[in-house]
Amino acid sequence: MKKTATYHITVEASTRNLAKVRDFVSNHAQAEGFSPASVADLCLAVDEAYTNIIKHAYKYDATQLVKINLEFNNNEICVALTDSGDSFDKSTYVEPDIERQIKDKRRGGMGVYLIHILMDKVDYNTSTDENEIRMYKQRD
Amino acid sequence: MKNFKINHRTISWLDVLDLHGELDAHTASQLEDSLKLLIDSNKSNIIVNCRELEYIASAGLGVFMAYIEDVRVSGGDIKLTNMNERVYNVFDLLGFPTLYDILDDERDAVEKFSSEV
Repeated sequence: MKKTATYHITVEASTRNLAKVRDFVSNHAQAEGFSPASVADLCLAVDEAYTNIIKHAYKYDATQLVKINLEFNNNEICVALTDSGDSFDKSTYVEPDIERQIKDKRRGGMGVYLIHILMDKVDYNTSTDENEIRMYKQRD
Repeated sequence: MKNFKINHRTISWLDVLDLHGELDAHTASQLEDSLKLLIDSNKSNIIVNCRELEYIASAGLGVFMAYIEDVRVSGGDIKLTNMNERVYNVFDLLGFPTLYDILDDERDAVEKFSSEV
């Protein structure tokens, strides 16, 4: 039988809540036995996903909400972030070229890249009124 | 919320920023302001000491990306030192070690700046 646990918070889309969101993820992942390195990876991936929602989906409108769901089972954690802003079009995404961006004084694109490196699997789901990113990481 | 703090000091002709705490999309503007202030006063030999930096997200790295070119064009550099393993790992994942001087200790950065004069 699969042991499962689910935790949930809803937060306003503001960078002020970044530390709170990281703490939420870190506390539960630690309690579920994830290693310090995996907890750090999870926190960074969630930070990047949440920051992208604030910037791109909601364009810094801090009255909007982001739902964050943690689902643990025997094998892995799935972190899902849901928003109702502009959806992320994966087809327009280009991997960052840091050397080039430095010359052009451009930043960006690094969050999505990091999420994909840090997590084992990433899915994007978009319906008419919601976007969801689901990020999976295996237990150590 | 955890604090992020920057302390500014000088070692002879070098400017040192000591970063403390967590650098993310909320706190990155503080680093941006500090770097801008130095660059606007024509200070271009900058050491960023990360000894007390506990966490960094890509928004923090973005600040270094936005200003390094200005500093290098005026003959200076931003050298990063004393990172903990986890912070270094984020820089490493994005390929920064080949583009930035990331040194074990602040003294190494001082020596390197002196040898570059």
